[in-house]
Amino acid sequence: MSTTHFLFWFLSVLAIFSAIMVVVSKNPVHSVLWLIIVFITISGHYILMNAQFLFIVNLIVYAGAIMVLFLYVIMLMDLNADSEPQKNKWLKIAGVIGGGALLLVLVAALKDADIKNQLAQTGSGQIGLIHNLGMALFNDYVVPFEISSILFLSAMVGAVVIGKK
Amino acid sequence: MHEMFLIIDWAIAIEKLVLIAVIVSLSLVVAMYETYAERKIAAFIQDRRGPSRAGPFGILQPLADGLKLFMKEEIVPNLSNKFLFVIGPGLAMLTAMMTSAVVPWSSHLHAFGRDIDLQIADVNIGILYIFGVVSMGVYGVMIGGWASNNKFSLLAAIRGASQIISYELAMGLSLIALLMLSGSLSLRTIVEQQQDGWYYVFYQPLGFLIFLVCAFAECNRTPFDLSEAESELNFGYHQEYSSMKLGFYLFAEYVNMFISSAVMATIFFGGYDIPFVNDANFGAQHGQNLLATLQGLSLFIKVVIFIFFFIWVRWTIPRFRYDQLMNLGWKGLIPLALLNMLVTGFVILLKQNNWHF
Repeated sequence: MSTTHFLFWFLSVLAIFSAIMVVVSKNPVHSVLWLIIVFITISGHYILMNAQFLFIVNLIVYAGAIMVLFLYVIMLMDLNADSEPQKNKWLKIAGVIGGGALLLVLVAALKDADIKNQLAQTGSGQIGLIHNLGMALFNDYVVPFEISSILFLSAMVGAVVIGKK
Repeated sequence: MHEMFLIIDWAIAIEKLVLIAVIVSLSLVVAMYETYAERKIAAFIQDRRGPSRAGPFGILQPLADGLKLFMKEEIVPNLSNKFLFVIGPGLAMLTAMMTSAVVPWSSHLHAFGRDIDLQIADVNIGILYIFGVVSMGVYGVMIGGWASNNKFSLLAAIRGASQIISYELAMGLSLIALLMLSGSLSLRTIVEQQQDGWYYVFYQPLGFLIFLVCAFAECNRTPFDLSEAESELNFGYHQEYSSMKLGFYLFAEYVNMFISSAVMATIFFGGYDIPFVNDANFGAQHGQNLLATLQGLSLFIKVVIFIFFFIWVRWTIPRFRYDQLMNLGWKGLIPLALLNMLVTGFVILLKQNNWHF
C-alpha cells in the first residue's frame, strides 16, 4: 500500500463521514463546520491527482469565502437546537423520497458512464497545473472565460455601487 | 516487505521535518521577541522606559509573560460550546504557522552530500497557497467568538470576519498586477527574478502600498484592530478566554505579523537577495553555505524592518471607525487595485509591441 493509496482511503472515508455529519448534525453551525471539512478533503483529492491549482482554488473559493458567508448568516440567526420547532412529519418523508430519487438518478447516470476505463492519474496528471489550465482557458475557452470574468467584475462593482447609496 | 508499509523517501522526510521544526520554532521565538519589541518601542514613543525588570534591559520579559499566561486559571464558560471553544485558538495558531511553508527563507545549503533547499515546499501555486491559508484564518476568530456564547465576542468575531473578507479581495487584486509581470506564482521564482535587477516594489509601488494596507487589516493590527476594540466591545472576540488559550490568540497575531512581513519582503523586496551584491558571484567565491547564511540574514533584516514598521504604525495612528474601514476597503483600495491592474496590463502590452501603439 503506497502513501497515495493510504491518503486516498483516509480522505475518502473522512469526506463521506463528514458529509453524513453535515446532514445528521442538530446544530447548524456544526453542519457548516463539517461541510468545510468535506471541502478540505475534496481539495485533498485534487492534490492526489497533482491538480494543485484546483486544490487551492477550491479551498479559497468554497472553504474560504462561501463557507464564511454561510457561517456568518447562521451565527447571526441564533438557532438553538432546543427551541427549534420540530418539522412536520410529512415534510420529512417528502425529503427522504426526494433525496432518494436524486440518488437513484445519480447512480443510474454514473452506472452507464464510461468511467471504468478512465484511470485517475494519481501524482502524474498535468492538466490541473496552473500552466496547462491557463493554456486551456485562454486558447480554447477564451470567450466564455472573458464573459464570466466580466460577470464577476460587474457583480463586484455592483456591490460597491450599492454600498455607496 | 510488509504490505502496509508506507513507501516514503526517508532522507527527504527527515530533511523536511527538521526544516519545519526549525521554522516553526523560529517563528515562535521571533513572535516572542516581537512582543518585547512592541513594548519597548511603544515605551520609546510614549517617553517611558518599558519592560526593564526581567533580565538586563528586560530581555527575559517574554518568558515571564509566557509563564504568567501558563499559570493563570483556565476558565471555560458554562454555556459555551466546549469543543469549539478550545479549538478556536488552536485554529488561529495553526493557520498562522502554515503560511510559512511556501516562503523561501534562503537559497540552498550544501551539507551531507546533498543540496538542502531552505524552503519547506516549492509549490507552483505559492502565492495562492498563502491566500488559501489566510482565508482559513478567519475561522479561528469566528469559531472562537461564536463558541464563547457572548454578545460582544460574537459581534467582534463578525466584525473581524467581514473585515478580513473585504480586504482579501483588494489584496488579491493588487497582486494580480505583480503576477502579470512575474508570470509565475512560485515564490522562489519571484525571488530569483529579482536577483539581478530591480525589486518588484519599483515596478509596482501602488500594488505594494495596497498590499501593505491589506496586510495590516489581515493581521488585525491597528489601525484595523476593530475586532478587538476595547472601548466598544469590552475585549473583542477573545473576551471569554483566559490562560494560554488567550495567549494563543494574542500570539497568533504576532506570528501573522512575522509571516506577512516575510511575504512582503519576498514578493516586493527581493526576498533573500542581498542588495547591491551579485549573489551568484559571491557564492562562487566564498562558498554556497556562507552565501545561504548571509541571504537568510538579509531576508531576516528586511523582515525586522517591516515588523518595526508594523509596530511604529500601531503606536502612531488611531483606530478607524467601522464605516471608514469599509469605505477604505471597498471604495478606496479595490478601485485603485483595478486601476493598477489595467495600467500594468497596458504597459506590458505596449512593451511586447516594442513601445508602438
